[in-house]
Amino acid sequence: MSATDSEALIDLSGVVFSRGPNRLFNGIDLQAHRGEVVAIMGPSGTGKTTLLRLIGGQLRAHAGRVAVGGQAVDRLSRRDLYRLRRRMGVLFQSGALFTDMTCFDNVAFPLREHTGLSEALIRTVVLMKLEAVGLRGARDLYPGELSGGMSRRVSLARALALDPEIILYDEPFAGQDPISMGALMQLIRQLNDALGLTSVVVSHDVDETLRIADRAYVISGGEIIAAGTPEALRDSESRWLDQFLNALPDGPVPFHYPAPPIADDLRAEAP
Amino acid sequence: MTAALQRLGASTLETAATLGRAVLFLLRVLRGSGELLRRPGLVVREVYSVGVLTLVIIIVSGLFVGMVLALQGYYTLVDFGAEQSLGVLVALSLTRELGPVVTALLFAGRAGSALTAEIGLMKATEQLAGMEMMAVDPEHRVIAPRLAAAILSLPLLTLIFNVLGIAGAWLVSVNLLGVDAGSFWSQMQAQVSFSDDILNGLIKSVLFGVMAGWVAVFNGYDCRPTSQGVSRATTRTVVVTSLIVLGLDFVLTALMFD
Amino acid sequence: MDNSRTMEIAVGAFVAAGLAAAFVLAMQVSNITAFQRAEGYTVDAYFQNVGGLRERAPVSLSGVQIGRVSAIDLDPDRFEARVELTIRSQYDDLPSDTAARVRTSGLLGEQYVSLQPGGMPDSLGPGDEITLTQSALVLEEIVGQFLYEQSGGDGQ
Repeated sequence: MSATDSEALIDLSGVVFSRGPNRLFNGIDLQAHRGEVVAIMGPSGTGKTTLLRLIGGQLRAHAGRVAVGGQAVDRLSRRDLYRLRRRMGVLFQSGALFTDMTCFDNVAFPLREHTGLSEALIRTVVLMKLEAVGLRGARDLYPGELSGGMSRRVSLARALALDPEIILYDEPFAGQDPISMGALMQLIRQLNDALGLTSVVVSHDVDETLRIADRAYVISGGEIIAAGTPEALRDSESRWLDQFLNALPDGPVPFHYPAPPIADDLRAEAP
Repeated sequence: MTAALQRLGASTLETAATLGRAVLFLLRVLRGSGELLRRPGLVVREVYSVGVLTLVIIIVSGLFVGMVLALQGYYTLVDFGAEQSLGVLVALSLTRELGPVVTALLFAGRAGSALTAEIGLMKATEQLAGMEMMAVDPEHRVIAPRLAAAILSLPLLTLIFNVLGIAGAWLVSVNLLGVDAGSFWSQMQAQVSFSDDILNGLIKSVLFGVMAGWVAVFNGYDCRPTSQGVSRATTRTVVVTSLIVLGLDFVLTALMFD
Repeated sequence: MDNSRTMEIAVGAFVAAGLAAAFVLAMQVSNITAFQRAEGYTVDAYFQNVGGLRERAPVSLSGVQIGRVSAIDLDPDRFEARVELTIRSQYDDLPSDTAARVRTSGLLGEQYVSLQPGGMPDSLGPGDEITLTQSALVLEEIVGQFLYEQSGGDGQ
């Protein structure tokens, strides 16, 4: 599954990033090798989506190095950055389909913008991409007519249109019913293996993500607190990791917001 | 007291920052306008939604403004026995001032707010970010055609407004109020200069088109990507465009007609 | 997709309508048709007072417009207003002693130049000067004169 002898296609080292007063990342080291499915997990608000934006070059790290395919992303000119982005596909949390176009036109969009292919050829490619995600029959529907899971799959087809080497998934399982979730999980894993992709999945749906990932990183408090294969993480002794992975309501991350003892609160005079 | 001053200072800086962003934004969009010559289909589509769909309100307003001008002008001129000059009054008022200004204001309300809402919603639903990640510059692909459409449409709409205004005035003057058709047209033709009045009005409308288009697309692009942000941006477009058009009109009138 | 075809037709119609409106404004509303400067010859007339005469005001003879005022400026030597009249070439045998007068059309209308033909056999040519001129009536002077006469002139 994972090619241990290939170079890291995505390589983050010592990345520091702040948003306003919050220091989101305090020296992150992260790698994704060719052919791997890498998961990035952590509680909400830890900036996992921001990490994807750093990889895609939409944000610039304040310190450290973000390299994709050996190139430092923040050093690239606009044209080179755009050329790099054509090798990446991104699946946004909201799907980000163009609402004024049909599914067919959405998937055809990158082809029409970047290639000089004839309409007949484009049609073939689009139908094949939609077939890969199981939505060839929905090609004339508008995004407004699709369910959440379906629009994510169309987004995936669009992300695959130019045959990228890397796909970034931003919370692909959020808010999905079990069937859609199952479909997406299968798609992510199978497409990754069949097309030789490198996938980075950002999610806090632990079970689903760990089932398809080759390696996982867990981020909290701006740092990577755990990294390794899913088995290694489950076997870990860390109590924090135990709480996170097993969805325990109380543990190192407390259930109760800090407050004085309840007896004192009830005894106090009402104002 | 000091808190109020602090807020004033902060909001002044904020306004300056917004203005700077807007100018840089405009420069980036203009740089992408070369692409439009290769893909005119994009502009055609936007001219339809910005120009053609505004046509109805322009036609109706033009007619009514012309008719009201004729009525009001008649009541005043008839006291001096000068009602034969009604044609001149209406034509000059329309071509020099009312045509460009009223059309621009109506445009801001109908098309400008629609542009802002459309772009703001694309931002809020991450369509613009998605486009960027697909290595397509949204400023060239989405914004530039819409700005070009505004600049092209507004002069055309103004011309149509003027013609309909004069037609409405003719209807009321000659058919309703009994002004002599011959003097209506001949005095107008004698007094209205193509280069001074009509062309100047046209130049105004082109400049108004630039302003209205720029404000509309910038507010959409710059807004906060929430539903509240989009709605605020839409209102802002109408207000700011109206103020800029009226202020610019004053400056242009002073420069052009002296 | 014939949705985009309808769109293209609509946009084309819109642009055509706009251009047609421009054409109508130019032809029907403005003075562009009377804008031919080259088709005429110019003569000068000097006036003491041109009143409210403006450039492009009509020049008429017996009530028929035969030309336009093409320029008005002050002659620094004679301290008179020099009015340049462009007469259409077809009216090329105006007598050389034609008189020019600034009149008002109606009570509050615009002012124009009215020509009164004389009797001389030779004609005005390009660049000639109309020597017999009568200035515009200035309302204040007329009223002042009227009041002066009313109060019996110098006497009493």
